[in-house]
Amino acid sequence: MSGTEMTCQELADFLMAYDDGELPSDQRTVFDEHLQMCPPCLTYLETYRETVRLGKSLCDEPEGAPPPECPEALVNAILTARKSGQ
Amino acid sequence: MSDGDAKLLEGLRNGDDAAYEELVRTQGGRLLAVTRRILGNDDDAHDAVQEAFLSAFKSIDRFQGGSLVSTWLHRIAVNAALMKLRSRRRRPEESIDDLLPKYLEDGHPAQPAVPWRELSDAQLVRAETREQVRTAIDKLPEGYRTVLVLRDIEELDTAEVAELLEMTKNAVKTRLHRARQALRGLIEPELRAEGGPPE
Repeated sequence: MSGTEMTCQELADFLMAYDDGELPSDQRTVFDEHLQMCPPCLTYLETYRETVRLGKSLCDEPEGAPPPECPEALVNAILTARKSGQ
Repeated sequence: MSDGDAKLLEGLRNGDDAAYEELVRTQGGRLLAVTRRILGNDDDAHDAVQEAFLSAFKSIDRFQGGSLVSTWLHRIAVNAALMKLRSRRRRPEESIDDLLPKYLEDGHPAQPAVPWRELSDAQLVRAETREQVRTAIDKLPEGYRTVLVLRDIEELDTAEVAELLEMTKNAVKTRLHRARQALRGLIEPELRAEGGPPE
């Protein structure tokens, strides 16, 4: 990314750095200006963030749900291996 | 350390069979989910969980209790899964390029992004949504899936992931960003807002 303008492709390349606050202030300004003028890039940013949220949600167990069960065969295999000193 | 953990540890250190069974039954399911996310298949995930528990059993005397038992086991399971990943990494690395967004020569997107339907927190934890995301993650090339799982799902920091995968921190960041972009593209068809343009 350089100069005072950026393309949609450059914006997509630097999305994570933007969200992580790692862009220098002048580049952040260019980034913000592009987002204000370019609805598809704003949508891309929003859906990128939603993707991260969806990924993170995978390790959140639903409230009140029991912890995932360990299959009986695996429990037995582990306990048997312990006994046999593997 | 919680009272429950202290009592459990005491049982483990005394070689109490019931304590070992309790540990496997209470933690095994969660650890299986972790290794499944990293390895992408059930057989390898089962093997990694078994190896993780056996490794933990051997080092139970060295566990200082500075963290929760579940946190300690989580790290051991991540390591066991990564060991498994390394042992099977014999094939050439797949490219992620086909899953990344395409651009025209002037830098505009070949297919502009369209809004997604809004997902409430309740919808987010629905089994169907989680399964769609899980399936999409499994489609990522292994080297990218691993970074995304460790950073975004298991929530290890960049330095930890770099150390575990023997990569630079910048390489981890680059892979994470590409993996997120690819995952975004894979789940987009399921999440487009009603009435949005077809793919």
